[in-house]
Amino acid sequence: MPAELVAQAVPAEPFPNGIARYAIGGLLVGLGAVVIYLGTGIAAGASTFLESTLSYVSDRSRFQQYRASRDWRVVFTLGIVLGAAVYAAVWQGGAWTTNVQPWRLLVGGVFVGIGTRIGKGCTSGHGVCGVGSASKTSIVGVITFLTVAIVTAQLVQAIGMSP
Amino acid sequence: MNGNRHPLFMPLILVGGLIFGFGLAFSHMARPEVVLDFLQFDDFGLLFVMFGAAIVSGIAFAVMPRIRDGAPLTGDAYRRRLKAFDRNVLIGGAIFGVGWGLSGICPGAAYASLGIGNITILWALVGMFAGAYLQGVWRSKRTAAETAPAGAD
Repeated sequence: MPAELVAQAVPAEPFPNGIARYAIGGLLVGLGAVVIYLGTGIAAGASTFLESTLSYVSDRSRFQQYRASRDWRVVFTLGIVLGAAVYAAVWQGGAWTTNVQPWRLLVGGVFVGIGTRIGKGCTSGHGVCGVGSASKTSIVGVITFLTVAIVTAQLVQAIGMSP
Repeated sequence: MNGNRHPLFMPLILVGGLIFGFGLAFSHMARPEVVLDFLQFDDFGLLFVMFGAAIVSGIAFAVMPRIRDGAPLTGDAYRRRLKAFDRNVLIGGAIFGVGWGLSGICPGAAYASLGIGNITILWALVGMFAGAYLQGVWRSKRTAAETAPAGAD
């Protein structure tokens, strides 16, 4: 069993799909954040949208604190959806759907929703803007969620759950 | 405050979001399978996405405060994205990690996933809103309890 895990941990090819799509995509993700930062001074993250949007339907103080930013966060998120849709229409050649089981998406989503909000950020807020700011808090946050995510995904794989 | 906003504020946010979402889709991060491949060590491409994006934004965060006092559309000073460290960063980060490792989905990538036609991702979006709501209700209650005078009901 440990030998199998070690074997899994060393891929025959670290980048079976090349690196161009990842590097170019990553530069564009950063560029999107930079465009907003240059114009507005805002270092935007994607997870605050979850709470700020709830302020439209809930009077809870925790959500109402995001009232001032909720409108532009909706616009930012619509932009993300539309930008991805442009890619799908022009380069992907149509819609793509996941084979990951719905219960995994739902339960994982609940954990993501709780965790990113308690942890003050997600892969874009901490991972892109925070790390880009050389923020110690964000670097610790990224190391934490990356480590736990790797352990979780390895366990999921080890018990044979796929997709 | 919306009345005083620069007319180009929202269009710029939209353009930034478009590029951001296009980048997520182009990098295949909008596909949970590709993220899971990274977490299971089958394809290390995600590292290029996260660090590539962080380097680009890092250059802007480092350079802009030196060459301009404030952003043209808001007048706000250019600042780095710094958040106070406390135990919540570790607790929340660990909870997020469990969700990310189980589903292969994080917030920005989930929105982009909807854009590439992945209707199934609505399960994850519903879950995220439910999770964000649960923690918000819990923290609103806790804040109210802490600020309420002792001994009230």
